[in-house]
Amino acid sequence: MVTFEYAPAPESRAVVDIKSSYGLFIGGEFTDPADGASFKSINPANEEVLADIAQAGVTDVDRAVAAARKAFSQTWSKMSGRDRGKYLFRIARIIQERARELAVLESIDNGKPIRESRDVDIPLVAAHFFYYAGWADKLEYAGYGVDPRPHGVAGQIIPWNFPMLMLAWKIAPALATGNTVVLKPAETTPLTALLFAEICQQADLPPGVVNILTGAGETGRLLVEHPDVDKVAFTGSTEVGKAIARSVAGTSKKATLELGGKAANIVFDDAPLDQAVEGIVNGIFFNQGHVCCAGSRLLVQESVYDDVLARLKRRLATLRVGDPLDKNTDVGAINSAEQLTRIRELSEVGEAEGAERWSPECVLPERGFWFAPTVFTGVSQAHRIAREEIFGPVLSVLTFRTPAEAVEKANNTPYGLSAGVWTDKGSRILWMSQQLRAGVVWANTFNKFDPTSPFGGYKESGYGREGGRHGLGAYLVPSERSGR
Amino acid sequence: MSERLAVKKTYKLYIGGKFPRSESGRSYQVTDTKGRFLANAAHASRKDARDAVVAARKAFAGWSRATAYNRGQVLYRVAEVMEGRRAQFVDEVAAGEGLSRGKAEKAVDESIDRWVWYAGWTDKIAQVVGSSNPVAGPYFDFSVPEPTGVVAVLAPQRSSLLGLVSVLAPVLVSGNTAVVASSYERPLPAITLGEVLATSDVPGGVVNILTGRMGDTAPWLAAHMDVNAVDLAGAAGDDEHARELELAAAENLKRVVRAPADEPDWTAEPGLDRITSFLETKTVWHPVGI
Amino acid sequence: MGGRDGDKGVLTQGTRLGLVTVLNEAHLADVTSSQASLRQFLLGLPSVDQVGAEARAATLASRSIKTTAKQFAIDLAISMIDLTTLEGQDTPGKVRALCAKAQRPDPSDPSVPRVAAICVYPDLVSTAEAALRGSGVKVASVATGFPSGRTTLEVKQADTRAAVAAGADEVDMVIDRGAFLAGRYAQVFEEISTVKQACGSAHLKVILETGELATYDNVRRASWLAMLAGADFIKTSTGKVSPAATLPVTLIMLEAVRDFLDITGRQVGVKPAGGIRTTKDAIKYLVLVNETAGAAWLSPDWFRIGASSLLNDLLMQRQKMTTGRYAGPDYFTLD
Repeated sequence: MVTFEYAPAPESRAVVDIKSSYGLFIGGEFTDPADGASFKSINPANEEVLADIAQAGVTDVDRAVAAARKAFSQTWSKMSGRDRGKYLFRIARIIQERARELAVLESIDNGKPIRESRDVDIPLVAAHFFYYAGWADKLEYAGYGVDPRPHGVAGQIIPWNFPMLMLAWKIAPALATGNTVVLKPAETTPLTALLFAEICQQADLPPGVVNILTGAGETGRLLVEHPDVDKVAFTGSTEVGKAIARSVAGTSKKATLELGGKAANIVFDDAPLDQAVEGIVNGIFFNQGHVCCAGSRLLVQESVYDDVLARLKRRLATLRVGDPLDKNTDVGAINSAEQLTRIRELSEVGEAEGAERWSPECVLPERGFWFAPTVFTGVSQAHRIAREEIFGPVLSVLTFRTPAEAVEKANNTPYGLSAGVWTDKGSRILWMSQQLRAGVVWANTFNKFDPTSPFGGYKESGYGREGGRHGLGAYLVPSERSGR
Repeated sequence: MSERLAVKKTYKLYIGGKFPRSESGRSYQVTDTKGRFLANAAHASRKDARDAVVAARKAFAGWSRATAYNRGQVLYRVAEVMEGRRAQFVDEVAAGEGLSRGKAEKAVDESIDRWVWYAGWTDKIAQVVGSSNPVAGPYFDFSVPEPTGVVAVLAPQRSSLLGLVSVLAPVLVSGNTAVVASSYERPLPAITLGEVLATSDVPGGVVNILTGRMGDTAPWLAAHMDVNAVDLAGAAGDDEHARELELAAAENLKRVVRAPADEPDWTAEPGLDRITSFLETKTVWHPVGI
Repeated sequence: MGGRDGDKGVLTQGTRLGLVTVLNEAHLADVTSSQASLRQFLLGLPSVDQVGAEARAATLASRSIKTTAKQFAIDLAISMIDLTTLEGQDTPGKVRALCAKAQRPDPSDPSVPRVAAICVYPDLVSTAEAALRGSGVKVASVATGFPSGRTTLEVKQADTRAAVAAGADEVDMVIDRGAFLAGRYAQVFEEISTVKQACGSAHLKVILETGELATYDNVRRASWLAMLAGADFIKTSTGKVSPAATLPVTLIMLEAVRDFLDITGRQVGVKPAGGIRTTKDAIKYLVLVNETAGAAWLSPDWFRIGASSLLNDLLMQRQKMTTGRYAGPDYFTLD
């Protein structure tokens, strides 16, 4: 039998120009942090140091918030919606023009496969700016009253799993509604946000409308607690989300939180099985499972369990794990050593608790942070791997017998971000989607995103929605006697 | 001929469709604004709050799955039954709030009309805040509002009936169930409202009413891990207490409607904020193909 | 297809999944015993979600096949071609030219592999057979009232026997799409098994004409029906109906042969035909084979591409890879 080996097909790095060091983007310019502190951003696929990144401290946060306040009161809040929209359209176009550069940089800094950054992340980023650009001069029609107003300065903190996409989810609606922003990208993935700062310059966006502060959790805390921030938007862990909720308690700050999840992906025996298997794979191995809405709990109806598991394992054997810049890579690198440790620890817990661990044969690179796609079977609701968010390429498989049991197990979690349902029966799809306490229900599909489609969680997965008309609500103060 | 000896009403809690005394066995004297005795009211404890949450959770499945048409009729029925008890409410509001008869009548009428207003929203809100989303791909994608779950409602301290109805009705419209901590000094309209609810097709447990000191129940409700949202209206003006409750609410990320600096004018048209504050948006995707 | 009866025909048990929830071997005879049981079985197959299937095919089509992998794929694709001419204007001269091309696709480069087969109408089989004798290139003939199949079973049998008698190694039959769409599965089954008998030792490719089947569910059902009835190959299209072969349709058929082997232990080949004109297209199909049915199908015994103009594009790409410069069409024969 012949084998069809795919030769390496590396995307060229020549398109990106990574500087040796980056400052903070405040008031339209890159500036050095007041205390000169910095940290390194590394390529998780090979641990190569990519750049020295400024670490924003208290003075820098003050400066950035002041710049955003000034831009809000002097420029942005006075500008017509039409012109705000045109700036956003301009940014969207530049993102499209520089899409390849953004995709390559994202894959280098984050470890995600170029196929995903090229085909999913960056196209969605451009689409998000296009979508909200069009809202900027139509806000009176959005259902928030005849004259909805921006909050003012928005402090935004985003995670490392979709660095550029999460930036778009935060910045596009904030600017469309007339807010100015101070955004902190994640410590391990700052590079595309800094490239976005350059794009703002290229678009001649008025200084201070967008400010980018790099740093770790402490920088984020300073931003959230800053007294002149009117609105906080956060995507990240539920633990930090709770800390933010506490931090804004008793203040007039508004907060929207998009937090963790432990989604059930439910497969009934009448499902389109080959597509369900793709949905399972896409649900948990897309982006190395670094997805808050990942389908990390597979619930399979017992009558089709053997079949689904056999198909799934056969399919996983074809996953290509390795160099994120290789165009044929399906699963890239784990984003950081810290995250790799967490995934390893929870997987060991899974084994210790008696679940059966399986991975396809795959050779992992020696340098960098890697974890083979992993499936745990024999998992019950009591197992920690069925309850805690692993945020990695680890699937826990459980079974059920009846629709009611599937719903009960799916909802039996403090989270409520997303869920998947696979069945050919229309009425059952609708019943299931009513019963599931989750903000997004993917029926016969999974991990689909669109700027027009509201996204966000129930329960401890957070509050507020991003995307669509609903996403505007997070950044607007409805006018009095609004009619809504 | 001697004057007839009046039968005094015992004001109790309203939990799970029943009218229990407080588990604590304690009650307190309710007086009018001039300090004259009106009644004894039950002093709800944290255990009463706990029981109320259990009752509200139990009622949630049925109430949230009832058709919007049905919920609308049930809430309209509340207005009908209140109308029949109008005089009693007027007496209680006048005494408790120290209003002239005319002003008390106006407050009661406005309260009844507010139920009517909200009753009409049950089968309209989804069309106003829901959407079909034109995603760039072969999928049908729609968003529908769903109730958040069990909502703890701290009723306004001053406006004992209109304020209460203004915070309770919007919670119920979409299918949430409620645990209400009533005004401490002016609890009587709340208890009477409980009697109205009990006789107007609102399923037991959908609304639960606790009288007593807010400090005895509110912290437990705000911290309760099976409560999904909290309206802090009753903590208006008490910034420190409101902040503590919001801190407690953060533990399971409750949706919080913050306390205003001062109790608002409840006669103003409500708008939709209080309905939408206790809604979740659910987005459903499905492929479109043959 | 020569190896079908050899040890390549049946994969080791270890690679079989045993999808017992779908079907087991003992059950097979029951399935085909009546119209009712066939219908129940075919309608009970897992359905296909169109959007998901197309998305999967599109993802596989985005694989980047470069350098050595591309060289490998080009030669493999050439060796899998059923070089086809099915025109009313066909003549023995045209067929002989094609046969020459089949044996030595690039006269200037003897390292180019020969194609798998020549595919012609029954009346030209003897011409092809004479031209190809001893070359290792097979002769395939369409039959059974190709392309519409709208004739009697007797004629279809006669058509088949004539082709085989004239020297066809392989017969490409069409199914009665009308009967299939009307749900007369037993009739289609009977027709295929009758033609299979008429084939004798010749191998049978069953053309589903997926462009007329309208849904992927039907493609899956027709694939199973053909395999149950004895098809050695299942083939997408006649080339006379648009759309002809597509990636998603071929994906569904590859899943079907994969599952069929799993359950029955019998391997069936797949042949997309029509509309595959460029090297890029052909490579996408090979990726699909590789990642769906698996490496066991990466051979002319188990995968064919029905095409005519594709061959020259493969040759041009091949030359580009060996010489480093882009090729021009004037340097390749038009046959």
